Amino acid sequence: MAKQVRILVGTKKGAFILAGDARRRSWELRGPFCDTWPINHVVADQASGTIYAGGGNEWFGPAVWQSTDLGETWTHSSDGLAYAAGEQPIKSVWSLAPSIGGLYAGVEPAGLFRSGDGGATWEHVSGLRDHPSRPKWQPGGGGLILHSLVPHPTDRQQIWVGISSVGVFHTADGGTHWETRNQGTRCDFLPEGQRYPDYGQCVHCLVMAPGMSNRLYQQNHCGMYRSDDGAAQWCSIEAGLPSSFGFPATVHPRDPASLYLLPLNGDIRGRYVPDGKAAVWRTRDGGANWQDLREGLPQGNVFWGVLRQAMATDAMEPAGVYFGTNTGILYGSADEGESWVPIAQNLPPIFSVETMVVER
Amino acid sequence: MVVVSLPPALLSLFPGSERRLELAAATVDEVMNALDARWPGMRDRLCDPTPRIRRHINVFVDGEKATLGTELRDGADVFIMTAISGG
Repeated sequence: MAKQVRILVGTKKGAFILAGDARRRSWELRGPFCDTWPINHVVADQASGTIYAGGGNEWFGPAVWQSTDLGETWTHSSDGLAYAAGEQPIKSVWSLAPSIGGLYAGVEPAGLFRSGDGGATWEHVSGLRDHPSRPKWQPGGGGLILHSLVPHPTDRQQIWVGISSVGVFHTADGGTHWETRNQGTRCDFLPEGQRYPDYGQCVHCLVMAPGMSNRLYQQNHCGMYRSDDGAAQWCSIEAGLPSSFGFPATVHPRDPASLYLLPLNGDIRGRYVPDGKAAVWRTRDGGANWQDLREGLPQGNVFWGVLRQAMATDAMEPAGVYFGTNTGILYGSADEGESWVPIAQNLPPIFSVETMVVER
Repeated sequence: MVVVSLPPALLSLFPGSERRLELAAATVDEVMNALDARWPGMRDRLCDPTPRIRRHINVFVDGEKATLGTELRDGADVFIMTAISGG
């Protein structure tokens, strides 16, 4: 049995799956799935092999789609995926996370849901929206979205979430009570002297280091950060990067000191790669030093960006790294980012990229 | 009984669903419940939990735009359609 990678892609017009050969050199594209709904996130539960896709359709509302046969057939459900009558209806599912405590879904407007039956039915984890800060939550450019979901790998009571323009929250009791986790992250868009509030930070992407559950990284609207104490305190790791702005962040599958970012040129300068030259930036020492990885990536007249959930690694040796652009190009590296090739070039705008490993 | 027409984009989400069917219902809300009984989850696709008909779904009863509370005469024509939206 050989291990093969499947790349799971969420786009503006459905989900796609790319099946790689054992060397990750040849890729077969299948899709679009999910009736071409806008799909914000496609993830795999590696334990069961089930693929989940979350999104929302302008006509038919939010749903989580499921496939237990690697994308051949799909079902969908939003049973229980709703706030109480009278509240603003849920527009879309933004993030999904299988965990030992069940399947979690983050939605717009920001809130958290849990499924204990593999996505067939959902229950609201209402403690998050009971947080006293909630009446003051304001949407960012992407909406009031819960886009980052980080369950603790061994403690089902602990979850971190990231909400755009609101910040990071943590629960240690399974979702009943939540605390803000934004100390040390800036709000450059606020007046001087008010740039380190308790909440209101525009977190763009939150990820956990492998094998080191107290280490988290985040790409913020205003800087890149690392925490080594479960997000209680954040320290800037943006020195050496070409910009403090970007959306995605992804960790190495085994090395907690390695992180990949794709900085963009700034929030008011078009939000594309700096100087029109594409590069992924990698640290191997927790953010003290950065290396730009450009081989195979276009180095002129590049005006695309990469969205917050659109970069991922695989679990192979050496690790593969993948990212999808908001113009529908999917790039991949089979050598930890040293060199890149385009894997698919004519997809719809790419919202998310994740991977799974299958035995074939 | 009333005659209900479903939008084509909805049919592919519910295998076995029909473009036109007859149901027993006294209001549009009862139509939604009857559809959900036949094809579980269909009400969620057409209505939000406010509760109301979703923003980009329109329901016409005998040619007039309707809400969930609209009452139905026997033999009424209930036409459910998707709005022109997307990109």
